[in-house]
Amino acid sequence: MTGEGTKAASAITVLPPTIIMAIYGLWVINKAGGLVYQRSFADGLAQLTSNEYLVLAGTLHGIHAITSRLSPMGSSSGAQVIEGESFKMTILLTPTGTKFVLLTSPAETSAEATLQKVYEVYADDVMKNPFHTPEMPIRSERFDSRIGILIGNGLTTV
Amino acid sequence: MAYSQPQHPRLSVLSNSSASSVDHLSPTGSATRFSLPPTVPTSPRPAGVRPNIYDRNITKPRVLDVSGAAFSFMFAEIVSYTQKRVAGINDLERRLNTLGYRVGMRVLELMTWRAEYTSKAPKREIRLLPALMSIQTQVWRAVFGKPADGIQKSVENADEYMIIDNDPSIERHISVPKDMKQLSCSSFTAGIVEAVLDGLGFPARVTAHNTPSAEHPTKTTILIKLEKSVLDREEIIKQ
Repeated sequence: MTGEGTKAASAITVLPPTIIMAIYGLWVINKAGGLVYQRSFADGLAQLTSNEYLVLAGTLHGIHAITSRLSPMGSSSGAQVIEGESFKMTILLTPTGTKFVLLTSPAETSAEATLQKVYEVYADDVMKNPFHTPEMPIRSERFDSRIGILIGNGLTTV
Repeated sequence: MAYSQPQHPRLSVLSNSSASSVDHLSPTGSATRFSLPPTVPTSPRPAGVRPNIYDRNITKPRVLDVSGAAFSFMFAEIVSYTQKRVAGINDLERRLNTLGYRVGMRVLELMTWRAEYTSKAPKREIRLLPALMSIQTQVWRAVFGKPADGIQKSVENADEYMIIDNDPSIERHISVPKDMKQLSCSSFTAGIVEAVLDGLGFPARVTAHNTPSAEHPTKTTILIKLEKSVLDREEIIKQ
């Protein structure tokens, strides 16, 4: 009895951090595996140098290529969600090979919907911008500001 | 000779290609040169195929709108194509203006036709202010689907007028990089305005300028600088 009680108590102390709903970061990876856009929102993950982000993006690109060949039957879309104890990584692969990656807390439920909206903003303000070079880093002010409006400080309400 | 070519009595070494170009120059081959529609007798169209744009009703078009996304992609391609072939921002704006001019000529013709084709006494604007007002309302509505947000007369110069668009739809998805801040892709719109003014008999030089304000970050001013002859004529008509 006492054992169960302490278990429940410890569960309560553990609960709050796990129900955090937050978006930590957004990456856009081009079809060659290069990171063309990276932005951080809510605090919660370690801040890395831009070089480390590039390496991680390239690694994810490789992992994704492997996962897309793992299916025993036919073709596969590849990894869609990678989950850890303190984060969830949701990947949206577009038909042209561009990947949108959203780093969130594990409890975050809006990741897929957010990624779809990010894709929409990308289609509008990156692809239709004559001053953007395909496969190159995204330097569109309008894309930046619309992503800012979409995700804000990364703290989503339940 | 290391390699000998079979010599035809009439043809030189290069004439294999020129033999085929003779076919090209013959009148029967003109369809390929002028991209004429194929002269196949018109048979009843299979159901579900939309009529060719040339077969549609010119006065009462059933579909007035074009896809905004398709236009944005095309305009983006026009801008980047032009940008690769120019020396500087002024040159780029001038070329966009020229492209807009070609659109404007057609816009004026089509707009006038649609507005006046049933009229017993067709008219056209001969005074400056009504002409400018019709550009602000009619031309903008025909091209962008909404009237422009304002028209102003310059305080300093009597020959300058300004049409203001708070959110030009052709620039909706364009972010100009910082090192080209003074570039305005609305030079294309300026070209349209210039062509319409020219067509109505008010020769002018029209340019586009970014004039961002707090609530309208993409606000654009189309500056019209009229030729002196226009103002002189206005004076004469007034008397």
